[in-house]
Amino acid sequence: MEPLKPVTATTRLLLGIGFFILFLALWALVTEGGYVQPLFLASPGRALAAGWSLLTEYGFLHDIGMTIWRVLGGFLLAAAIAVPLGLMMGAYKGVEAFFEPFISFARYLPASAFIPLLILWAGVGEAQKLAVIFIGSVFQIVIMVTVIAGGTRMDLVEAAYTLGAGRSGILRRVIIPAAAPQVMEALRLVLGWAWTYVIVAELIGAQSGIGHMIMDSQRLLDTGQMIFGIVVIGLIGLVTDLLFKRLNRRLFRWAAL
Amino acid sequence: MQGLSIRGLTRTFPGQGSAGPTLALQPTDLDVAPGEFVSILGPSGCGKSTLLRIVAGLDRPTGGSVTLNGRQVTRPGPDRGMVFQSYTLFPWLTVEQNILFGLRERRVPLPQAREIAAAYIARTGLRGFEHHWPRQLSGGMQQRTALARALANDPEILLLDEPFGALDHQTRELMQELLLEVWGADTPAARKTVLFVTHDIDEAVFLASRVLVMSARPGRVKAEVPVPLPYPRDWTVKTAPEFGALKARLMGEIREEVRKAALA
Repeated sequence: MEPLKPVTATTRLLLGIGFFILFLALWALVTEGGYVQPLFLASPGRALAAGWSLLTEYGFLHDIGMTIWRVLGGFLLAAAIAVPLGLMMGAYKGVEAFFEPFISFARYLPASAFIPLLILWAGVGEAQKLAVIFIGSVFQIVIMVTVIAGGTRMDLVEAAYTLGAGRSGILRRVIIPAAAPQVMEALRLVLGWAWTYVIVAELIGAQSGIGHMIMDSQRLLDTGQMIFGIVVIGLIGLVTDLLFKRLNRRLFRWAAL
Repeated sequence: MQGLSIRGLTRTFPGQGSAGPTLALQPTDLDVAPGEFVSILGPSGCGKSTLLRIVAGLDRPTGGSVTLNGRQVTRPGPDRGMVFQSYTLFPWLTVEQNILFGLRERRVPLPQAREIAAAYIARTGLRGFEHHWPRQLSGGMQQRTALARALANDPEILLLDEPFGALDHQTRELMQELLLEVWGADTPAARKTVLFVTHDIDEAVFLASRVLVMSARPGRVKAEVPVPLPYPRDWTVKTAPEFGALKARLMGEIREEVRKAALA
C-alpha cells in the first residue's frame, strides 16, 4: 500500500463490505461459540428473529415512524430558524457580535440535560421530544452556517460590487448561493446528531418510538430486540445520509461535491 | 471634465500590531482621456493595484480624489468594470448567467439582456460555452468570461488588475491580442477607456498607448512613456525595432525599482 494512492471502486466496495462480514463473523463467533451468555448479548440470528417478531407482532413499524417524524420535525424547525439566523450572522458582523457569544455558550448545553426540565414544561408528549431535537440542533446549525457564510470569498463579493450589486444583492446573489452547498452539508451532519438526541429523548417518558422499544426490551432482558433496534437506527441513518448526499449532488452540480 | 482624473491620491495602511503604518501610495496625479488605453507598470507591492482598487471604489484613499467624467468616486459601481487577477466568476452561474449578472442587477429586461450577453459571448470567442460552469473552463476561458461580464455592463472605464497574470505565457499572449481586438472593435471615438495594471513590460507596451511606470513602495508615477505604435496591433509588433527600443527604456526604469523593492 502506497500512502495517499487511491484504490479502484471495486476494491473500495469489497473492502467496505469485508469489514461488515468480519464484524458479523466475530459477533457470531462469540455468541454462538458460547463465549458470551445470551443474557448479555444475543447472536446475530436471534437478533434478526427478534426483529422479525417486533415488526410483525409488536407494531415496531409504528415506533420507527414516530421516531422518524420526531427527528425530522425537530430538525426542520431548528433548520428553519438557524439557517436564516446563521446567514445573517455570517453576513453582518454586528448581528454576529450580538448573538455569537450566547450561541457559543448555548451549544455546549447538552440537549439531554434539558429532558427533565422539558418534561416539566411540556409534559411527556410530542412537544417535549421535538424540543430536545430542536435544542440539540439549532445552536450547532447557527454556528456552522455563520462560519460558512462568513467565509464567502471576498473577491467574489468585490466582483459583484463592481458589477453594480448593492448590499442586498450581495447577500441574495453572492453570499447565499455561495454558502448553499456547504450549508446543506452542515445540515446533513447535524441530522446525524439529531438521531442520537431522539433516542435519548425516547428513553425517558415515551410511549412509542425506537428508544422506547429499546427501554422496554431492557426490562425483559431481550438483548436481541435491543440490538435490532440499534441496528435499525444505524440503517435509517445510513439511508438518509445517502439520500441527502444525492440531493446535494443534484442541487449543486456546479460545485462537483 | 471628461475622462478619469486623479488628484493628490494617497493611501496609508494602518499598522498591524507593533508595526507602524505603511505608506502605499504617495500623492499621485493622473489624467486619462476617454478612449485611452493606459498601462500601469510596476514591481510587485508598488501600490499599482491599490491605485486601481481606489478607482474601482473597492478601497478608500487616505487623501486626494478620483473623478470619472465629472463625478467623484466614492464606492464601487457598474460605470467602472473590473477584471481581477484571481478567477472571480460566480461558480454557481453558467458563463451566460455570469455575463448577465450586472444586467440583471440593473433590471435590464431578460430578452434584451440575453441579446447583449450573446454579443459579448461572440466577441470574446465563447460561443458554444454559454452553458458551461466556470469549473469546466480553462483559466483563459474564465478570464474571457470575466472580460465579457465587465463589458456587458457597458462601463465608462475598464479596470484590469493583472487579468492575465495567472495564465501561462502562450495563453497570456493570445489573451492580449483578444483584448486589443475586443477593445478595437469599436470606432476610435466609442472605445472604452482602459486602465491596465501589470508587471509585465511586454504586455504593458503591446497593449497601451501610454505606459506609466510606478516606483517601488511607497508608489508614485516615476515615468510616463508614450507608445506611438499604431493600432490595430498584432503579435508581429513585438518584433518591431520601435517595440524593442521602448522595452529597453522601460526595463531600465523598472530594474531600478525592482532592486529597491527587493532590498526594502
